[in-house]
This record gives sequence, C-alpha cells and structure tokens, in this order.
Amino acid sequence: MDLLRFITCGSVDDGKSTLIGRLLYDSESVSLDVLAALEKRQASNGTVDLALLTDGLRAEREQGITIDVAYKYFTTPRRKFIITDAPGHVQYTRNMVTGASNADLAIVLVDARQGVIEQTRRHTLIAALLGIRHFVLAVNKMDLVGYDEAVFARIATDYAELTNHFNLPVATAIPLSALNGDNVVKKSVLLPWYTGPSLLEHLESVPGASETAAPGRFQVQYVIRPQTAELPDYRGYAGQIQSGQYRRGDRVTVLPSGLQSEIEAIEVNQQEVETASAPQAVVLRLRDDVDVSRGDSIVPLAEAPTPTRELEATLCWMSEHPLWPGRKLLVQHHSALVKAAIPAILYKVNVHTFARAAADSAQLNDIVRVRLKTALPLAVDTYLENRASGSFILVDELTGDTVAAGLVEAANSEYFTLPVGPPVAFSI
Amino acid sequence: MSTPSFDYLDRLEAEAIHILREVAGQFERPALLFSGGKDSIVLTRLAEKAFRPGRFPFPLVHVDTGHNFPEVLQYRDQLAESLGEKLIVRKVEDTIKRQRLREPGGKYPSRNPLQTYTLLEVIEEFEFDACIGGARRDEEKARAKERIFSVRDEFGQWDPKRQRPELWNVYNGRIQKGENVRVFPISNWTELDVWRYIQRENIALPDIYFGHERRCVVLPTGQLLGLSEHLRLDEDDEIVTRQVRFRTVGDSTCTAAVESDAATVEDIIQDLLLAKVSERGATRLDDNISEAGMEDRKRNGYF
Repeated sequence: MDLLRFITCGSVDDGKSTLIGRLLYDSESVSLDVLAALEKRQASNGTVDLALLTDGLRAEREQGITIDVAYKYFTTPRRKFIITDAPGHVQYTRNMVTGASNADLAIVLVDARQGVIEQTRRHTLIAALLGIRHFVLAVNKMDLVGYDEAVFARIATDYAELTNHFNLPVATAIPLSALNGDNVVKKSVLLPWYTGPSLLEHLESVPGASETAAPGRFQVQYVIRPQTAELPDYRGYAGQIQSGQYRRGDRVTVLPSGLQSEIEAIEVNQQEVETASAPQAVVLRLRDDVDVSRGDSIVPLAEAPTPTRELEATLCWMSEHPLWPGRKLLVQHHSALVKAAIPAILYKVNVHTFARAAADSAQLNDIVRVRLKTALPLAVDTYLENRASGSFILVDELTGDTVAAGLVEAANSEYFTLPVGPPVAFSI
Repeated sequence: MSTPSFDYLDRLEAEAIHILREVAGQFERPALLFSGGKDSIVLTRLAEKAFRPGRFPFPLVHVDTGHNFPEVLQYRDQLAESLGEKLIVRKVEDTIKRQRLREPGGKYPSRNPLQTYTLLEVIEEFEFDACIGGARRDEEKARAKERIFSVRDEFGQWDPKRQRPELWNVYNGRIQKGENVRVFPISNWTELDVWRYIQRENIALPDIYFGHERRCVVLPTGQLLGLSEHLRLDEDDEIVTRQVRFRTVGDSTCTAAVESDAATVEDIIQDLLLAKVSERGATRLDDNISEAGMEDRKRNGYF
C-alpha cells in the first residue's frame, strides 16, 4: 500500500471543508465519539455539518472559516492519504504555497453556480508553480444546478482553456455534491451522464510520488562518530536520499568542496545494503578520509550540479514585513544554512495571469522573481528539474522566522533573465 | 535497475528519521520526552535507526506524574538500560511541593494539567532547546494544525496564529533566547500506522497494552477505570473485574481501559480496524471537558 498526499484548494464558500468531511465520513474514517461531538453542534434541521471535522481551532469555529493549514488522514484498502487543507482566502497565498509544497495532487474546487473564477486561476497557477503535476477539477454543488450536464461541461471547458493557455497538466474534471455525497466516494445515480470515476476512485488510481527518476541527491544532516573502543574511526554521514539511487562503489563528489571519493558502504538501520534510493534515510560511508560536514551534498560524480553563489529564484514572500532589494537573510537549503543577499527583485508575478510586472518590493503573499547571492556556494538544481534540491526557505536572521519559500529557477548565470546587479559584500 | 516501490510505512519512517536528524543537526541541547507510551517507544526505535552505531544525541526525559502504571515505569527503566541511553526523571510530586501547587481534587484526580509545570521546570533546568514528542496530528483537531517544528515561548505557549509556514521537508529550528521548539516526528502517523509499525518492527510493549484481567470502577459514562490507590471511591461505586487493555498509557487516574482480549499486536490491529471510537475519545477523560480542551492546554504549554 502506498501513500498519496493531496491538497484541496477552493474559495471560502466552495464547500472545501465539507468535501474533506465527506471523504472522511463516507470512507468510514470518522469515529463515533467525533460524530457525537459533531451532532452536539448540529444544525436544527438534523444534518451533521461535515465541515466541522476539519475546522479545528476555536477562532475558526467562531468565524466559520479555516485560517491555517490542517492535515487529515484516511486509509482505504488501496492507499493511505494525507490531506492538506489550505484556506482559500485572498490573503492566504502563503498557506496555499505551504500546502502545495508537499502535495502530489491538487483538488481544485469550484462552485457549479459560479464556475471558474479568479481564485480558481490563482489556486491552479500556484499549485502548478509548486510542481504539482496531477490536478482534479471538482465541480461541487451540482445539486444546486439540477445535476445539469451542460453546466458541468461548460465549466470543464473553461478550465481546460485555462490549463491549455498556461501549458499546465490536464485536469480530471469530476461533477459532485460534497453535501449529498454524490460522486465523492460513491458514484451517484443522479449524475447518470457522467461515466468517469468518483473522486475517491480517481485518488486511489493516480500514480503516487516518484523520486527515483532524477539524478542522485543526498545532503548530510548529521555526522555519526561513535568514537568507541570498537569503532574508533567510524564516520557515517546520515541523511535522506532526496532523489535517485545510490549504489555501493559509486564514484561521488562532495559539494561544495568538490572532493572526490567512492561509496564504501550504504547502511540502512545498521545493515549494509548494495543500493538505496529516495526517500530512504541512510548512512553513507566514504572510502577516503575527506572533510564532510552537515549541509554538504554527496552526489554521483557523473551527474553533479555545479555549486553556485548566484542564482535566480521565485519567492513566495510570507512575512508581513516587505522585502526590499539589498536585504540580507539566511538561506536554508535543507540542511545547508548560508547567509545570502537579494540584490535585485526582477519582477512580480501576477498569480491570476502569470503576467510579469515591475516591482521594487515584495509584500506578504507576493510571488516575485529575484536574484540571490550566497556567502558560500550551494549545490542546487532548478526546481523544475528536482523538487528537493531546487527548493529552499529564507529565514530572518534576527527573529528566526521563515519569511519566504524559494524555488530555484536558474543556477547558471548564462540562463539569468536580466543583467547581474551590483556586487554584495558579506561579513561572516 | 527497477524502480523500487516503497510502502507507506517506509515513507513515514524515512520522514521521521529525517526529522530526528534535523533535530540533532540544528539544536545544541535537545531531549526526547519519553512517557512509556507506545508513541514514545516508537520514537526510541526511530532514534536507533537515525543514530546508530552512535549514541542518541539527546537524553530520554520522563515527567513522572506519580500516577503512572507500575508496569510502565518498569518498562521505561529496562528500555533505557538496554538502549544504554541516559534517562532523566523528574516528578510532578516535587514540583507540587516546590511551587506549592494545589493537588487536583475530585474523585479521579488527574495530575495531567500539572505535568506542564514539571515539563517547563525540566526544560529550564537543562536548558533544553528542543523537546521531541510522540504526538500525532490524528489525535485531535487542534493537533492537526500544529507544525512538526513547533516554536514555543518561554512559558511553553503555542500560538496557532504565529506558526511558521513549514515548506517541503525543510524544518526551521531557529529560535530566540528563551524560546524552545517542540518537535513531532510522527505527526503524520495515525494510531493504526503506529500499531502496524510496532508489528513490522516487532517492538516489545508494556503488558498493559494487551488484554489482561483488571479490577475496574465503572464510570457514569460507562468507561472503565483501573483501580488504583489514587482514586477516591465511594461506597456505591460499581467495581468489576474485566478483561481489558489500554489504548493509551497516560496518568492512571484519567486513562480509561477498553474491554478487549487482544493478546497480540495482530489482535489489536484487528480490534482497531473494527473499532468505532477514536483513541482519545475512548480513553482520555480530560479532553471531554470542553471541545476546545486540547487547544487550551497547548496554549498553556502542554505538549
């Protein structure tokens, strides 16, 4: 049995929480006492408000909206699912980006009465930007349009135009009613003209995560040195294989130093193995006594990225304090932490059209393209090539807060979109 | 080479090991909060996978309410011994004396709320900057919104509106003086996942997780509470002997037993697949107080 992580995106009244509630309820993932707590708060007409299954925090219950990313779990005989529920309000792009960063699939929810609206475009573009390749267009509230095929067909066509226009992956469109349970888990007799799968059937059958196709990427998280009488010289590099496969005897290079060696042993749970692949957590031992520490990458010699101190990246700005060019920050590229500066904001991306516009700062929830310079070289790939090694966060050095999500767009100055800005000085 | 396919347990395990190693890499004085419950026992197995053949880069810390099941304390000491890792025990009893706190009243006096005081004391005593715990998001709605690296202020308080965005598997543990981080490596596991992992890894558990005969008092809700010296019983309380097991192992005065003759982990998994009552609902008396019970306690520094 494998695992699928998906995100649900929709606007405030699209019925997103109800849809998740329905998935949990109809797949029998809600237990009796949770139901009893719900029934205590039920509406006067006697129906259970399924949205209450996900609206967890008191402030949300008071305001009747979801204010933060929540995670829900359910398992069918075919799969374990992790649902990321991100709110859809305009001001919460950052939550949507956060949720999409870990998802394999996005369910884009629209209200059948409204069709594709501005927020639908925004949700779709952000999910695509974050590298999601599987999309479901869930046309909800079909009960309120008389289960009309023409309404569904028009919305599906509108959405296909959108994905075509931006060259996005093709979405699977499903007509449903979360409130009544039509086509969520079970196929509905009220939608006889629809011959495709129910939402759950579709979720059970789409391909799951696959990290093995990309070149080998591994970052050292922690160096294991027992220094005991039995193991006086043992040095093991502990980390998770981010992508690709590793094999004993592989020629590797340590980045950013560029030192070369060979994999002497791969250990999984203290057992030596011949090969290991993403996403396994392993310990690598090298043939030579080279200097390796936390944050260093160990990658196959033949497919090594060129470490760089300059890159172009897309940022989603997540802080209430705006970003101005010249700002110094910390880049956390997984286990590598380096000082960095942003000499230039190249442009801002309109999340409804992907159009570029000039920008002199980035405000909360803005998506901007920037030039980034780091104090020490980083071994990155572009986000398009590798979701793991192409992603990073920006951290405010003073508060420690995470202020941006970063996607590497170009790590080689030949591919930069604009001329390089003024040099930046570092003090470390 | 063929593409290996990983079971969801493999993925959850890899994620948890990655998180534990991030704690080791990012913090100077971490600790693993060990309750003797199955979730923290699973954490110790994951820590072995993360750090062997080295030592754990953190001690095990147990906050002893004084109301623990004796079987669990015995298990705790044996486990620390067999792992060869350092165990720090701090007692709620001592905090009550030191801070002149009031003992909880009522028929079933729970020291659960007082654990927070002892936890904050031990964090201060050892200057722990990160505390690893076995909490899971499926346990409760407020937990479903908590980050894997959850920053707390010096009073241990959680502010759901000030949470850091947590992107990809990049965990930001940078804190300011006085703050600390609670880390939950098995956030994405469900109760069933934990049991399936225990089965797969053949992890030994305290006996009270399995069906056994026990004298219990029947609560007004119908729940069963194992008899102990800490309960204040009345003459007309109904005392019964039943075949029971515990689904969670907390304070003995607020952890109810469920009727079961499950003798093995496989039996328990079958029980769970049929079970219609969630783990906290079945066994925790303290969460029923108000619907926002957990949120309130977390805001106040509870785990």
